[in-house]
Amino acid sequence: MTGGIDPIRRVSILGAGRVGTALARTLVDAGYQVTLAGSGDPEAVEMIAAFTAPGARARWARDATSDADLVVLALPLHRLPSLDPTILADRVVVDAMNYWPPVDGIIARFEGARHGTSIEVRDVLGLDRLVKTFNHTGYHDLEPDRRERGHPDRLGMAVAGDDADDVAAVVEVVERIGYDAVALQRLEFGRLIQPGGAIFGARPTADDIRRTLRPLIQRAA
Amino acid sequence: MSNFDPEGTAAAHRREPRVSDPRPGALHFGIGTFAFQYDDAHGDPVPGSQVLRDVVEEAVAAEQAGLDSFGIAEHYRRGMMDSAAPVVLAAIASRTQTLRLGTAVTVLSTQDPVRVYNEFATLDAVSAGRAQMIVGRGSAIESFPLFGFDLADYEALFDEKLDLLMRLLRDQPVTWAGRFRPPLTDQVLEPPVAAGAIPVWAGVGGSPQSVIRAARFGLPLMFGVIGGPLSRFVGLSRLFRQAAAEFGQVEQPVGIHAHGYLADTDEEAIEAFWPVWSGMMNAEAPKRGWAPYRRDRFDADIAAGSLLVGSAETVAHRLATGMQLVGATRFDFVAAGSRMAHADKLDSIRRFGTEVVPRVRALLDPSPTERAAR
Repeated sequence: MTGGIDPIRRVSILGAGRVGTALARTLVDAGYQVTLAGSGDPEAVEMIAAFTAPGARARWARDATSDADLVVLALPLHRLPSLDPTILADRVVVDAMNYWPPVDGIIARFEGARHGTSIEVRDVLGLDRLVKTFNHTGYHDLEPDRRERGHPDRLGMAVAGDDADDVAAVVEVVERIGYDAVALQRLEFGRLIQPGGAIFGARPTADDIRRTLRPLIQRAA
Repeated sequence: MSNFDPEGTAAAHRREPRVSDPRPGALHFGIGTFAFQYDDAHGDPVPGSQVLRDVVEEAVAAEQAGLDSFGIAEHYRRGMMDSAAPVVLAAIASRTQTLRLGTAVTVLSTQDPVRVYNEFATLDAVSAGRAQMIVGRGSAIESFPLFGFDLADYEALFDEKLDLLMRLLRDQPVTWAGRFRPPLTDQVLEPPVAAGAIPVWAGVGGSPQSVIRAARFGLPLMFGVIGGPLSRFVGLSRLFRQAAAEFGQVEQPVGIHAHGYLADTDEEAIEAFWPVWSGMMNAEAPKRGWAPYRRDRFDADIAAGSLLVGSAETVAHRLATGMQLVGATRFDFVAAGSRMAHADKLDSIRRFGTEVVPRVRALLDPSPTERAAR
């Protein structure tokens, strides 16, 4: 770890669907304190959490983020405008979402996102920084594909972001849940790991990610 | 389940939803199909009309192999002939006696529930009470623009249409108003069906919200497996039962719907299915933005149990373990979900019915003699 960053202990996940609950299980398993928030009353999420992510606590989004070291966005992309961005201020925020028109339909703003959908997410929410990761694996593969450090079959996970400290903090989380993190030092490289990108849904190792993305990143530079 | 309802007719007042067939604990094994066009021995595509006649033969084979049901999907895309399931099911009805005739899934969000009632009540009549269906989203979205619906309304569409369909099936006459179709006043539809007699299952892919909706409507739950280990459904299955109890609903069964392929040995099945499955996945990959489907993912999907590929012995053990884990009492095998030749589909259906299902039944529900013998 680089100096100057407190390690992440408390993670708040916004979105209690397939992705949010899979992330919650994985993070609880790795020893994090996890809160889970849906679009409304935590009562609705409480039962979901109890059965699909035991150990994660259901809270209102505002309460869940208030004391979180890390906030993970795992809500349907079309619900993004309903999220109050002020609750994300001064937090390390991860975008785990994908824009996937074959399933979710076309959203004009994301359709024209030349620099990747995470840039749009950052701007819609008015954030000054954002990290993209967890999105290029299937939610149903996230748990079974975890391997301990040093395991010969350990897979890789790309972590893209402009803020080096944020990226380093998230890299540590990715490593701890069971993947070799590959840091990409620009949020716009998120476009390389989103649907249509070279490693989306590919179960790559860290070496696969580096080998595949290096020429693309060099070309972009 | 027969069409007979001792307590009255469709016009009776709303009652508790009945437990769907199979009851929790009773086992049910079906076949699912997507009616994919495939190539003949010369590499030429078999005409769509022939593909549909093949589907009818495959259903007849399923009944002969002792299976409980046959389900047809719903798609509107090139190379898939499953655009009008109830019509094909009616043809199957005239060739079979005991097979339940269903869908997997009916894309309810873009259909008119009144029309769905008309079709399935008619199917139920001509088949003497053998209609059933699974309603859900499916994984394709072509029906939205085709029928003039906005995908952004998906949740509202599904909720509203499911509500109306269940009223029509449980509680006629129906007075109803909603956003997406004209209101109904004291509406009675023909042909009549006894309240709750046509089993409607909710097909879900793994969203907890969809699981809770199924529980709220008192519907049995079908998990559509597209990847990952079957163990990921354990928590959702418990959530379903807890939610149903909290909504005051009768306990309903849980099922699993998954793809696979059977051969004499594991190796033979894996090698024969790899080109078929990877071909289908890689045809889909560019449309969905996936990286190419590689062999390591195929092997991982088989190891995880999301693809049931192997000898009858291997598949039966994996399936019995998975059903027990999830608490599932129904399993639908998609032995015909990909671009396999008709003869291979027939072979897989027969193997599933005569070689896999008896083994799974013995593993899950052993008779006293079988239990003593183990």
